[in-house]
Amino acid sequence: MFELRRKLLKGGSVAALLSPLLGSGLLVPTGVLAADWRPAFGARNIGDALKAYGNANAASESPDIVINAPEIAENGAKVEIEITSNIENTRSLAIFADKNPMPLSAVLEFSGPALPYARVQLKLAETTRVRAVVKTLDGKTHVAFREIKVTLGGCGA
Amino acid sequence: MGEQIKIRAQIKGDMADIRILMQHPMETGQRKDDKGQTLAMHFIQTFTVSHNGKTMIEGQLNTSVSKNPLFAFKARGIKVGDKISVSWLDSAGDKRQDEIVVS
Repeated sequence: MFELRRKLLKGGSVAALLSPLLGSGLLVPTGVLAADWRPAFGARNIGDALKAYGNANAASESPDIVINAPEIAENGAKVEIEITSNIENTRSLAIFADKNPMPLSAVLEFSGPALPYARVQLKLAETTRVRAVVKTLDGKTHVAFREIKVTLGGCGA
Repeated sequence: MGEQIKIRAQIKGDMADIRILMQHPMETGQRKDDKGQTLAMHFIQTFTVSHNGKTMIEGQLNTSVSKNPLFAFKARGIKVGDKISVSWLDSAGDKRQDEIVVS
């Protein structure tokens, strides 16, 4: 067992070996959060990612989620996206880039004085639809979309 | 130990704009170095923003968040003298925590 572990470490492919474990939730960091979306983060396509994120594919589209982003992003390595939720009792906000190798980019949970607003910087692999999924305290899920054209993909960055 | 987290809070009326810059390579595991060796995945997985010691934002991130990412948040009812702290934990188990006093 120990020797095998050495070999694995020497192989230099630790990350590649561990990443499926991250996805399956076998490796959990010490700081345990209210909800752990590791399987959703590890999903390799938008369908699986939404499903793992509490069946978010069934979310209803809402005009009360406002996504502010450039129409054309010259450099996919840093695309600034601003999301405001005007939905009452918003508890969390998740950001997906449909065509990224791993679509789920971030999950943010708000409490106390924090307002359901975030500005984040993402890498976008190619021209893609970005979606913001809002979950409310009473367990409802809402979604909004935005198309972003990417001139230079952000995967090599 | 990661590099310092830069935190800035600006109060306008009862609203506060909070900007957080986390200095981190956010390596995707897809990039290769000059010798063609794949650079290992290394990214911030979780972070927490606290106000006077109480959690107000909990974040989970993926490799697709930019290198040295800047985040902006909004909060209501934050006053001068309040403390805002941010901590993160990355995929290598490295962590960093910094705090500011709102002025």
